Amino acid sequence: MDLGPPRRDRRRFLSWLLGGSASALLTYIVYPVLRFVSPPATPEASSHQVEVGLTNDPELQEKGYKVVRFGEEPVIVIRVSSDDLRAFSATCTHLDCIVEYQKDARRIWCNCHNGQYDLMGRVVAGPPPRPLERLRVDLVARETTGPRTIVVSRA
Amino acid sequence: MRSATATLRRWLEARLPLQQAREFVAHKVVPAHRYASIYYLGGMTLFFFAVQVASGILLMLYYRPSAEAAFESVEFMMISVPFGWLMRSVHAWSANLMIFLAFVHLATVYFAKAYRAPRELTWITGCLLLFIVLGFGFSGYLLPWNQLAFFATKVGTDIAGSLPLVGDWLLRFLRGGERVTGGTLSRFYGWHVAILPAVATLLLGVHLLLVQIQGMSVPAGREAEAARRPPLRFVPDFLLRDLFGWAFALAVLVALAALFPWELGEKANPLAPAYRDIRPEWYFMFMFETLKLVPGGEIAGIEYEAFPILLFLLGAGLLVLVPFLDRGAARTGRSPIFTGIGVGVLAYAVALTARGYRSLLPVLVVLASAALIGVLALATRPAARPQR
Repeated sequence: MDLGPPRRDRRRFLSWLLGGSASALLTYIVYPVLRFVSPPATPEASSHQVEVGLTNDPELQEKGYKVVRFGEEPVIVIRVSSDDLRAFSATCTHLDCIVEYQKDARRIWCNCHNGQYDLMGRVVAGPPPRPLERLRVDLVARETTGPRTIVVSRA
Repeated sequence: MRSATATLRRWLEARLPLQQAREFVAHKVVPAHRYASIYYLGGMTLFFFAVQVASGILLMLYYRPSAEAAFESVEFMMISVPFGWLMRSVHAWSANLMIFLAFVHLATVYFAKAYRAPRELTWITGCLLLFIVLGFGFSGYLLPWNQLAFFATKVGTDIAGSLPLVGDWLLRFLRGGERVTGGTLSRFYGWHVAILPAVATLLLGVHLLLVQIQGMSVPAGREAEAARRPPLRFVPDFLLRDLFGWAFALAVLVALAALFPWELGEKANPLAPAYRDIRPEWYFMFMFETLKLVPGGEIAGIEYEAFPILLFLLGAGLLVLVPFLDRGAARTGRSPIFTGIGVGVLAYAVALTARGYRSLLPVLVVLASAALIGVLALATRPAARPQR
């Protein structure tokens, strides 16, 4: 059976069909791969309250601070005096480094780029763009005498 | 735009042998005869290998190779990562399809006597690739760190340990210690994602290069037909058929992965009693089943169990050496003895696999594969009139 020379519109239709199928095939591979490589949002830490330890914690007394886990994020607990404990997000607002407390200078300091915060978490020097988030600290007396338990929670 | 492409082409032309490559491709042909369908099997195996590389790399984005985290990371991937279940399922199904096609490719090449001179090296690299692919299967099986994998690996490595002389060393080498532990997992992961891929890439390169240099072998008895019929141009005729086959293979693969997702099971527990139906992957089944037939005991300090293992190793060695053993095929193109041996070995492997599964499915699969090649051969028009 001789169909004669293929007509141009028929050829164009077939090209379109082939190109369309190839594009569909490609989409059907690329879309799941793109979704797969973008990680799912991990659920927020369920605990919004963390027990950090006792007020007579030797590390806290000696160095004046302690960095603890609050869910997934690090939190710095600072012992300003025996009754005054404060907690801040320990992540420097500049570029994500973990801050430390300098007991003698009474300031929160980030080693990475010399960012400095005061005891309210406000930026006093260096590049950080925002203050540190402050968290709530409660000292819970489980017994009538002796050390109390430090409880950090999101205010 | 047009001149930019032309400039780029001239620039590349001056630096690369593009002209020779074009010449080569333009003149590359594939013989036409009624068994030409078997020429697509190697390419199909290669396609699944490519899927394995791509999906395996993607799985590495989430997988954590440690006894503590491996199972959980796979579970996380399957539950929380979008399309994670599909990606793992594709990797597992594609692995099985690749091994199946590698076996079919091996069988067709064997029965077509395509290993005859000058293609001995292609055969040898192909056999080594098959062993490597089985190594991929064995090492990959453990990685999800589930009960089935844990016990299958214990048994599998224990079998290696029963070999005389080298057994103890081999067992420790495979396990990375006396027992199957997190150390074994790290080791298997290293084999699976670094060592085996490196060796496989090298061998595959040589294998494909040899096929390009020597072209396709015409099976014994089909020379007259191949000489009479005009050959198929590789580009575009053969390549388009290849691409169509790959698109079809992808569709089958994704359908299997979506409809029958690969199970994860329970996390490995070294203290749990052995699984009821503990068994290896299907491609090791005939060996596993053979070992079940061997009674306990030992002779001259060698366990009875070691004998079938040594026989299988000998068999693997002989398989590699087939082109040098089958002198008749090299001379006359015919070697009924080797065809007979091939049929015998295949029948044995299929029978024991069927016995292991208490199912006739393995027999049906092999008969269906053979029937498909046969039907395609019968459906091939005799070359009465030249095409084109």
